[in-house]
Amino acid sequence: MALLLEVRDLQVEFRTRDGVAKAVNGVNYSVDAGETLAVLGESGSGKSVSAQAVMGILDVPPGKITGGEILFQGRDLLKLKEDERRKVRGAEMAMIFQDALSSLNPVLSVGDQLGEMFVVHRGMSKKDARNKAVELMDRVRIPAAGERVRDYPHQFSGGMRQRIMIAMALALEPALIIADEPTTALDVTVQAQVMDLLAELQREYNMGLILITHDLGVVADVADKIAVMYAGRIVESAPVHDIYKAPAHPYTRGLLESIPRLDQKGEELYAIKGLPPNLMNIPPGCAFNPRCPMAQDVCRTDVPPLYEVDGQGSVRRSACHFWRECLNG
Amino acid sequence: MPEQYESEGVISSAGTGGAMDLAVTEAETLERTPGGPEGTGPAGKPRSLWSDAWRDLRRNPVFILSGLVILFLVVISIWPSLIASGNPLKCDLAKAQEGSQPGHPFGYDGQGCDVYTRTVYGTRVSISVGVLATLGVALLGSILGGLAGFFGGGWDSLTSRITDIFFAIPVVLGGLVLLSVVTSNTIWPVVGFIVLLGWTQVYRIARGSVITAKQNDYVQAARALGASNSRILLRHITPNAVAPVIVVATIALGTYIALEATLSYLGVGLKPPTVSWGIDISAASPYIRNAPHMLLWPAGALAVTVLAFIMLGDAVRDALDPKLR
Repeated sequence: MALLLEVRDLQVEFRTRDGVAKAVNGVNYSVDAGETLAVLGESGSGKSVSAQAVMGILDVPPGKITGGEILFQGRDLLKLKEDERRKVRGAEMAMIFQDALSSLNPVLSVGDQLGEMFVVHRGMSKKDARNKAVELMDRVRIPAAGERVRDYPHQFSGGMRQRIMIAMALALEPALIIADEPTTALDVTVQAQVMDLLAELQREYNMGLILITHDLGVVADVADKIAVMYAGRIVESAPVHDIYKAPAHPYTRGLLESIPRLDQKGEELYAIKGLPPNLMNIPPGCAFNPRCPMAQDVCRTDVPPLYEVDGQGSVRRSACHFWRECLNG
Repeated sequence: MPEQYESEGVISSAGTGGAMDLAVTEAETLERTPGGPEGTGPAGKPRSLWSDAWRDLRRNPVFILSGLVILFLVVISIWPSLIASGNPLKCDLAKAQEGSQPGHPFGYDGQGCDVYTRTVYGTRVSISVGVLATLGVALLGSILGGLAGFFGGGWDSLTSRITDIFFAIPVVLGGLVLLSVVTSNTIWPVVGFIVLLGWTQVYRIARGSVITAKQNDYVQAARALGASNSRILLRHITPNAVAPVIVVATIALGTYIALEATLSYLGVGLKPPTVSWGIDISAASPYIRNAPHMLLWPAGALAVTVLAFIMLGDAVRDALDPKLR
């Protein structure tokens, strides 16, 4: 498969009044065409910030990309000028946001907003753009698209709004879609419908998809591979089934164990103890060491590199000094 | 029953009663069939915030009433002779302070001029000052404030400090000082003065609402989909930030008319022979006990005008908020 996006050693800081928050500290991942990468992590792990950096919509200031490369179809996006970058956004890579209601402009009809994609990037007339908008709404299965194209975002249900966001992202058939918790704001049945739709369209267009989420259930269904983030760093990356079978990092293991299961009824639900670190003051050594049940002295002093699990050249990686022990339970 | 609702257009889904909903649904299905995938409604026009606001306004009695009053005021300020045949400057001292009589329903003022004619002619000055000052204030304030809110940084700090300085100037005192040295007998010094002191109010509103709108997720979403700064500012932020400016401007229009009257009353605004409600109120005020009619008519006209603009501002605010639909 063709390599679409490669993020190398990405580093992002936020300079605030209270100090420098290191939100992303050397993240590496890659996505091929037609592949789905799930970026997993709790709030503040840097998963959204790294995605914003890839899209080029980081708030600068206070945010600042302090290092790394974002290679998209061979070009380093960080070296492009802003107006070149803008042409990439929307047309070649697009983003789906978490809350469709607040991500759609309340005073423009959905048809106007969908059509805008064609006006901005393709220079279409308003009328042609509107016809395209209806087509797109049909494609994401919004009933009576021809009528509803004139409605405003608040006149749609949550699931329908998320479909419209998907339609906007897909409008120009980009090579890469970043979906930032696309189903978090929806209820479970609608979540499944929206994810199915997204997966189907992805197959149809052979797009790369980066799915940012903290929902392990969603990941298991759609992702090809997973990158788990903690404190701005990838702690484990692997093909999806390997991770579910046997995690190679204690943090991943903690996440998996904290999923409620039906056969656990009556037992106390496992939770990773402690809190995620303050990004202005990340602990030395492995950032996870204060919460880690397996932590040894070396974890408090040495930052673990990304070890290649399963031998040389393996795609599976873990940033744990004791990945072997973890893997064997 | 259904005909009544068909004319309302298709998307009246926010019906208030069950029966109405049914009627709407019927009309909807009737109209959907020929609509096709064209993306245009039965009227053939895409809907916009403004067309929807206009549809709301047309049904709002407050808007209709204040709109009619304002329309009437505008018409007679352009063609006062339509309803007043006399000459406002033709006075007969012998009739000074006389009350209502046939042909002169409002009576005579202290100089023996016809109060009705003067009240009608006074509209022109009040409306002109109000409209021109509001245009100036709205343009200056919203452009400076909008840019300050959108780009922030040094420009924002600089202009915001300047507005602080202007806010510190008391309006009436400033008027007394600045306008007392002006000798021009046109409305321009008064308009200029109001713009000078008034733009800061719109600046603050515009800056604040642009900052609020800028932080919305849809602005980031638009950026993620490749919209440029100017497009984001004009298409995504302005429509979401303009409503408070329009409302403040409409209400301010009323207060500017009152301010002109105040300045004229104090003798630093417009000067005779200009015909203005403020001048007439000023001239009549010493005689309020013997000849109240001289004061009441221009003051009543002033009050009605100010009220009409404030009511209009309210109605427009309601119509421009899509969430109230």
